[in-house]
Amino acid sequence: MAELWTMYGMPLAIIVGKILLIVGPLLGAMAYLTYAERKVMAAMQMRQGPMVVGPFGLLQPLADGLKLLGKETIIPSGANKFVFVLAPMLTFALSLVAWAVIPVNAGWVLADINVGILYLFAISSLGVYGILMAGWASNSRYAFLGGLRSAAQMVSYEVSIGLVIVTVLLATGSLNLTEIVMAERPLWVTALLFPMFVIFVISALAETNRAPFDLPEGESELVGGYNVEYSSMTFALFFLGEYMNMILMAAMTTILFLGGWRVPFDIAFLEFVPGFVWFAAKVAFVLFIFLWSRATLPRYRYDQLMRLGWKVFLPFSLLWVLVVAGALIYGGGLPPATVEVIHVIP
Amino acid sequence: MIEALFFYVFSTVLVLSAMMVISAKNPVHAVLYLILSFFNAAGLFVMLGAELIAMILVIVYVGAVAVLFLFVVMMLDIDFTRLRDEAQKHAMVGAITGGVLLGELAWVYSQWMGARDALARAAQTAPQATKGLTNAHALGQLLYTHYAYLFQVSGLILLVAMIGAITLTLRSRPGVRKQVISHQLDRNPADVVKIEKIETGAGVS
Repeated sequence: MAELWTMYGMPLAIIVGKILLIVGPLLGAMAYLTYAERKVMAAMQMRQGPMVVGPFGLLQPLADGLKLLGKETIIPSGANKFVFVLAPMLTFALSLVAWAVIPVNAGWVLADINVGILYLFAISSLGVYGILMAGWASNSRYAFLGGLRSAAQMVSYEVSIGLVIVTVLLATGSLNLTEIVMAERPLWVTALLFPMFVIFVISALAETNRAPFDLPEGESELVGGYNVEYSSMTFALFFLGEYMNMILMAAMTTILFLGGWRVPFDIAFLEFVPGFVWFAAKVAFVLFIFLWSRATLPRYRYDQLMRLGWKVFLPFSLLWVLVVAGALIYGGGLPPATVEVIHVIP
Repeated sequence: MIEALFFYVFSTVLVLSAMMVISAKNPVHAVLYLILSFFNAAGLFVMLGAELIAMILVIVYVGAVAVLFLFVVMMLDIDFTRLRDEAQKHAMVGAITGGVLLGELAWVYSQWMGARDALARAAQTAPQATKGLTNAHALGQLLYTHYAYLFQVSGLILLVAMIGAITLTLRSRPGVRKQVISHQLDRNPADVVKIEKIETGAGVS
């Protein structure tokens, strides 16, 4: 019995503790992202935003959450019940599991797997299922159209995200997220990667269905898009999943391009600030770009969205993969090759 | 012990969901079961230490192929009673085809001949087999170093398939009004907007 505890019980308890340490702050960050969104947009539109609940409206997210909890969950009579209930749970769960591989500080990661970036890419490409299933199971025209739009949009922008990831991998030579953060890049490589950073942030906006690419929930033509039939907690899970995905995409941007938990520009006297603070600050910066673009830009038309994804981003990122690969070979910026060679048995 | 437990969970769910794919009445449910079985196959790959293959399986098949399946199946307008009648009509042919395939599989398995050291390698997980290289490095060496030309040839075959698909579906439609972004951006307010001061009681000519 004691052996069972040391072999399985203890590690299990430690893992559960680590998961709680990740999920707890994450849920708090997500709740206050909704608050930040309202405040930032209010400031940009010369309003005050939430001011009533608590000082400066700071308790507004809690009030919103409680209100949603108290509502009644309505399942439409024509809906496919199982898929209808499964869809929001899937969306929310997927937005949480991706955090298993995100390193927030040196060694502060739940699972330091050596295909971390592929895992993130896989999980973020699964987000489309929740939306597609919700749109289909609602048995409603608006929801279905929203789901279809979203599926086409997310699949299109995944392609350019994949190519962006390829260029970063060329410069770092590892699929492990910690190694990607720690990789030393010369300045000219960073400059070469800058266009990819721009493409990645824009694709992240499209991948998370945020303005200016929020066609799946374009309220002017689709009422509320894929989540029209959802109420109460089922709606809340979609809503929270969207914000969680925003934080996830911001974290991916931070890890791939902004150097994760490292001190910006390697300024020596800032070393006393712990790494996870830098990580959070960089994530917050990217999230601010998300909110900023929502307050600034009008929504894209559907054909413009597809044109941007397939006719602008895809050719450009393909070309840029070639440019970066060529420049790395001739400039000597390639990561050191592995010495060990496998011998193939003929 | 835990490994064996996970293996049995993954493989049981894999086989059950694969059976549900062909027996589910609703095609959308069938595709969802297909996705579930992909996931369990990916889990088995992870247990073998082939995490790169597992991730590729999830990215390519679940993230792209199954989305298109679901996309198409959701758009279909299906009459379930007719579907069942049709399925019963073809039950005999299906059973014969399946039986022949099963028999062939059984025959191949009974005649199975392994390569020289295949059995010894089958017992290894991927990291042992590749001497500590990560999956990505090992596969990269195989594909881009040892079999670079074959890899190029497979790329060319895919290119041919892609060109074929495009030529099959590309048709020129007359009378379609296309938007040219540069023309739209070139429009100057001074050329297209006229501001007129209208006198009270007088119209615009």
